[in-house]
Order: sequence, then C-alpha cells, then structure tokens
Amino acid sequence: MNQFAVMMNEKGNIAVDDTLLIKDVPATAGSRILEGFTPLFSAEAVERLQQKGYTVAGKTHVGEFGLDLVGEFSYYAPQSGALQGAAASAVAAGDVKAALGVDMNGAPRRAAALAGVDFLKPTYGTVSRYGVISCAASGEQVGVYGKDAKNVAELMAVIAGHDPKDGTSLKNETYDYTLADVQGKKVALVTDLLQKADEATRAKVLAFADELKAAGVEVVEIDCDLFALANTAWQILMCAETCNNVSRYDGVKYGHRAADYKNIDELYVNTRTEGFNFLTKAVILYGSDVLSKHRYKDCYDKSLRVRRVVSEAIDRLFGQYDALLTPAAFAASFDAYEVKDAFGKVFAQSECTAVANLIGIPALACHGVQLLGKAFDDALLLSLAAAVEKKGE
Amino acid sequence: MKYELVMGLETHVELSTESKIFCSCGGHSAANEPNDCVCPACSGMPGMLPVMNKRVVELAVTAGLMLNCDINRYTTFDKKNYYYPDLPCAYQITQINHPICTNGLVTVKTSQGARDIRIKQIHMEEDAGKLVHSGNSSYVDFNRTSVPLIEIVTQPDFRSAEEVVTYLNKLKAMFRSGGISECEEGAMRCDVNISVRPEGSEEFGVRTEIKNMSSFEAIEKAIQYESQRHMDALEFDTEELVQETRRYDDASGKTFAMRNKETEADYRYFPDANLMPIVIDDEWLERIKADKPVAVDEKAEEYMAAGISQKEIDVLLSDGKISKLLDDTVALGCDRKDSATWILTDCAGVLSKAGKTFADGVVTAEKLSAIIKMVADGTINRNAGKKVLIAVVEQGAEPVAYCKEQGLDRKVDASAIEGVIDGVLAANPKAVEDFKAGKVKAMGALFGACMKELKGAGDPAVIKQLLEQKLAQ
Repeated sequence: MNQFAVMMNEKGNIAVDDTLLIKDVPATAGSRILEGFTPLFSAEAVERLQQKGYTVAGKTHVGEFGLDLVGEFSYYAPQSGALQGAAASAVAAGDVKAALGVDMNGAPRRAAALAGVDFLKPTYGTVSRYGVISCAASGEQVGVYGKDAKNVAELMAVIAGHDPKDGTSLKNETYDYTLADVQGKKVALVTDLLQKADEATRAKVLAFADELKAAGVEVVEIDCDLFALANTAWQILMCAETCNNVSRYDGVKYGHRAADYKNIDELYVNTRTEGFNFLTKAVILYGSDVLSKHRYKDCYDKSLRVRRVVSEAIDRLFGQYDALLTPAAFAASFDAYEVKDAFGKVFAQSECTAVANLIGIPALACHGVQLLGKAFDDALLLSLAAAVEKKGE
Repeated sequence: MKYELVMGLETHVELSTESKIFCSCGGHSAANEPNDCVCPACSGMPGMLPVMNKRVVELAVTAGLMLNCDINRYTTFDKKNYYYPDLPCAYQITQINHPICTNGLVTVKTSQGARDIRIKQIHMEEDAGKLVHSGNSSYVDFNRTSVPLIEIVTQPDFRSAEEVVTYLNKLKAMFRSGGISECEEGAMRCDVNISVRPEGSEEFGVRTEIKNMSSFEAIEKAIQYESQRHMDALEFDTEELVQETRRYDDASGKTFAMRNKETEADYRYFPDANLMPIVIDDEWLERIKADKPVAVDEKAEEYMAAGISQKEIDVLLSDGKISKLLDDTVALGCDRKDSATWILTDCAGVLSKAGKTFADGVVTAEKLSAIIKMVADGTINRNAGKKVLIAVVEQGAEPVAYCKEQGLDRKVDASAIEGVIDGVLAANPKAVEDFKAGKVKAMGALFGACMKELKGAGDPAVIKQLLEQKLAQ
C-alpha cells in the first residue's frame, strides 16, 4: 500500500501523520468529514523540524482521528490482510528516517510494535499540541517514530520545549534526551499483562527482559492491577473529549458537506452521517452519554477521580522501579476486520497503552514491547531501548 | 391579594480588552465586514488551541472587587456543548465549577429605599458569533466569537423593576469608571428570572426566565408585563404558570414562551482540558488591586444610576457649581435625571443667551425646583416652564408668582377662561358671524385669539370645548 496520503517531497527525510497540520497541505485525519480542508498554518512540531533543516516527504495515512488499532480505518486508504500503520511502515521500510504521530489512544505505539520500529509518546506537556487535529486534549501527545532510540531522541530534542501557543505546554524551554548508561537500573515486568498476551508477544517481552538483564539492568516481575482500571477511565475520558472536539465538524465551515439538506438540522445530520465512520460514531455516542446529566457523576467525574488514584499508585511504583515493561498490545499481529467491531477491539488492546494517556507518563514502544516511565523520564526509556538495541547489533 | 415580585439577574458584560479571550484577534467592534476579525482559533478550525488572555482575568477580578466578591484563587474553564452555526466549535468555553468570583454584595438605592443585592458569582466566558439571513440562505459572521464576557449572576433579591434598572445603571457606572467595559449599546445583556408570591410568603412562586434583553427600557417593560401575567394567573386563574424560558417582544410589549426544547437542553458541561487552571497568587491579586481605580467616583456612579448619560455626567462633574445645583435641586424633591436635563439643556442655553454663567447664581436650586415641580404636576407645560426660566434669568423673577401674574398657569379656572373667550367673541363680531354662516375656519381664528390672550395658560382642550359651547349658544 502507498503509505502517503499526500506526497510532498520525494527526497524528504521525515513523514508526518495526517493528524498533524502542515500549512497549505490538505489535512483530513483519515476522515471524510475533513475532505478538502487545507490548513492555514503548520503544527509547531513540524515547524521546529523544518527550521532545523528536516524535510517532509509527505503526510502519512492514519485511521480516522487516530481512534483505531494501528491506522486501518482511513477513509482514504482502506486496508485488507494483515494490518499495518502507514508511518511505522514507512520508517521500517527506510522511506524516511523518522516520522511524527499523535498518540491519543495507543495506535502509533501498536503500529510501531507491529512494524518493529520505535515510537515514543512523550511526557504530557513536553511537545506542543499546536496544529494537532485534536480529539482527547487531556491525554494526546505528539510523538516520534524512529528506526531506533537514538533516532527518536534526535527528533525529540528538536520538537520538545515550551510553546506559548499551547496552554498545556509546560514552561521548560528544553529537555535533555541524551542517552545514558542504564546499568543498575531496575525495571518491573508486569506479569498480569504478559499472561493476557499471545505467544509471540510473550516471547518478545521475555526476550527483551533478557536483553535488559544482559545490559546490567535488574528485572523484577510484579503484579499490577491498575491497567484495566486505567483503561476504562481513559476510554471514558477519551470518548467524552473526542465527542466534544469533533462536534465542530458540522458541514458549516469547511470539509465535507452533505449534498442533500433542507434545513440546518438536516445539514448537520446528513453531513455527519456521511462524514464519520462507524468507530467515530460509536465514540461520539459513548462520549455524549458519559457527559449527560444523568451519567456525568458516575462516569466522567468518576474517571477523573480514577485518574488521580491511578496517578498516585503509579507514582508509588516508580518509587521502587525506574521503568515498567509490558507488551505494547496483546497480539503480535492483527488481521483486517469490520469497522463495527472496532470499538471493542480497540478497548481490549488499549489496556496496555491507556495508562500513559490517562496520567501523562512517557511510553516507548520498541522491539514489539512497551516501556513506561515516570514523568520526564523519556530519556531513560530511550536509554533502556538503546541498551537492548546495542546488544542486538 | 397583595403580591411580591422576586427577581434574579444574569447580566452579560462585554469586556474592554484589546484582543479576544483566547486568541489575539482585536478590534471586532471596528470591523466593517463580516469575518474581518477572525483567525483559525475563533473560527473553530482544527489544530488551534485557546490561549488565555490574562487581561480578561484581571478585569473580571476588578469587577469582583467592585462588587465586594470573594476572589477565587483557583479558577477553571468548562465547555458547554450545543450545536448552532454561530458557535464555530459547537461548544462555548465558560466557567461552571470554579468561577472566578463568588459571594458579592451590592446596594441599590431607589425611591423605595436601599436594598442589598447578593452576587452569587461572576464568571468569564466567550461570546458567540451571529447569523445573517438573506433570501433563502443564512451566513455566519464570526467577528464576535470569543469576544470576552463576564456574566454576573445575582441571588433572587430584586423586588421591583426600579431596583433592577437602578442596579444595571450602577453596574454600568462602575464598569465604565473601572475600565472594565464601555457598556455601549448591546454590550450589556440581561436575563431576568422572575416569580411572584403572595406578600409575606417565604416560598418562591413558579419561575420564568426572560432571555437576552439589552435595553433597560425593554427590561423594565418586560418585567412589568411578565409580573402582571404571573399575578393574573395567581389571582384569576387565567393560565397555569410553568417554569420556562421566555422572550420579550418589544413591538407588542409582551413575552412569549420559547421552544421547550431549549430549556430542557443538556449542555453536557465538562472541564476544558486545553486550558490549565488559573491560579491567582497574592502578588498578582495585589497588582490588580493597585491598578483598580482608587475609589469609584461615587458621584458619577450616583448620576449613572439615575440614568444620566456619560456625556452629561462629564459636564456635570466638570464644574462643581453645576453638580451642586443639581444635588440641591434633587434635595428639594426633584427627579435627578429630569433636573439634569433642565440644568444641562435649558439653564445652560438660557444663561448663555443672556451672557451669564452658572457662577452668577441667578438660577438657584429653589427657583429651579419650583419650575420643575410646576411642570411635573401639570401646573404649567414644558414650554411655559422654559418661559419662566427665561424670566428668572433675565429679570430675577420668582417662578410661582410669575406664573400667576402672566396667567401661565394651566390650571386657571374655567370662569377666567370664559371671561377671556367672551372678550374675544365681543372683539371679533365678524368672525362669529362667519362661523354661524357655516365658515368652520373662523373657529380656528377665534381659538387662536383666545390662546394668544391666555398666553399659553389653560388646557387647550378645555378652551376649545368652552369656545364651542359659547358659539353654539
């Protein structure tokens, strides 16, 4: 499949997921609802890379609003057979050196794990969200796909740092992504998640643990029941925020507008019926429900409280361990399936990834596994991955 | 049965900031063309994030200080969801859970005495755009979207329309003096919550809300209409009152129920994750306090509360003698706004024509109040009042005596009028004859002669009636 939704420069060395804006280049987030929309400005992360001399090869396909498993449900590039993420595949194939993506519900991490490349979802607030086609503002973050940890670190050093155009951007001007020695670090392998994973995934995680040990890292097995809880809370918050953020796509201002309508209500309904896929519609319905008067307290508000509880519990874990090792997904590969089954499938697989979106900690997909660290320990995760990569060379 | 009116107000005030609340678009009020003052943020394009305009926080805090509110040091924004084409993001950013100011108090003074109005909260929010309808199509204009507003919500403490209007005038005076808002036409919009209960009752009656009124006159009329509707329903069972949102129609002077759907809407409020909580530390608060005008000019506030325009207030306060004349005249029992008009328009004009100034002291509060009172109670008409004023300025006349002397008194008794008419008829036999011969026009000439003789005194309708009677004899 062609990985690019828009090809910009054959010689470009980076790709940019279509959930990020580039000035004057059509942007759709994989959705028909944004068909024909051309942004007036570029995402801050893209701008910073361009200023440092990186060139964009093109916009890579994403699943509609990044809500699916790995990018299978783009209106513009339907997939069949074994699923793959476009940007991750482009990096794996060497078409580009690295790529930018938006991690809102784990799709880029799963895609990277499938393709055997790295993707870092950085600590929340370190990379500007200016120019992201936003869905779940409280947990989405711009991250980097790279062939290896060094590669990711190189781009992170460019894109991270305060941006006054984003109210959630932290005030630090720069962050240090220098890879360091990991000898003596302590990593906890989360066994509950491992048990739920398929054979191939388990093998990858255990192999990674062995490589870490060989690099002088202490690996300890732990039970941790926070992941399922964190996943439920994040799916509720994510659906609510997404429902709200995609409300603006109403056919009035830009993007797709239904041809048939007799009044404003029909314009809204017909446009949105045609413009969104089944998964987005499911997310809108769930999101709308958890925000409704009768459900708010038991769903949305409770999820905010769970977020706090999980955050405190994870903090305590990081008092004992430097990082957590988990699968990036329970399956090592996915076959094509019907969009009506997507909500359940994504929910199930997000159990590995959601905690990082929920509480803003960094998460790195590498070698088919996932490393989680405490806030601002992005460089440590990259260093752990680099230690394994060095061994593998 | 006697009824008591119970009202609470929600007042939206547009803040005087250089730019919008979450983006750097400025000058919307000067924008000539639709969508002249928009950017990707305030037109709801993807990728743009709201960035808080700190000035909005400072002005909201200043308003809170002026209304004796608690300033909440931790304040957050929420999203209010609804679809309408003039709302580009399909949500409005507002404050529900942690508004910036709470628990204030403002005193309003009316002819019924003073009343404390409790302020429930003040919160910050963004305005919506507007729709322009043309033929079969509608167009959106986003110039106004994201213009910063504060909404001031009171407790149900108002008991009369006069208190409401006085309160609004007071807000206007304060906000102008504090640089919070220019409060120009349309920059202050009001929702009135209204209910009626038997006097002495502690329970609230059924409440209706009249939405989105911007003229104080309309607000007063709407309250009068709506409270009467409530009282009629209670007293005569004319209809069953239901809790609902209503709209006031200026042309008919009536209120109408809005679609029920709108009142039952679930706005699905939830925190806006794009805007971090705002923390107002001591240092910032002290800085805002220091910037606040040292003391609101009480006098200006008083004048403004009486409905006197800012321009007039500027003139009144530019000369201590003028404002003293006004205050003294009011102290003698005259209406403040009416007196201001007499002083600024009539006195100023007459004095200047006579080559005099207020400093000459020819117009005293006693004389002026005498004229104003005679006009107010119908003793003389407004024009006669002006004549008296001229006499006061030019000849030092005493108003009451002068009116009597000159026969300006409209309340001259019928016998005096009859005397004048008899004289006129006797002096114009030709006209009388013409009239009796069928020349109706002759009546006009005779009436004019009577009026001239009476020098504007007497009620023209009465004079005409008497004249007709005499001619018919």
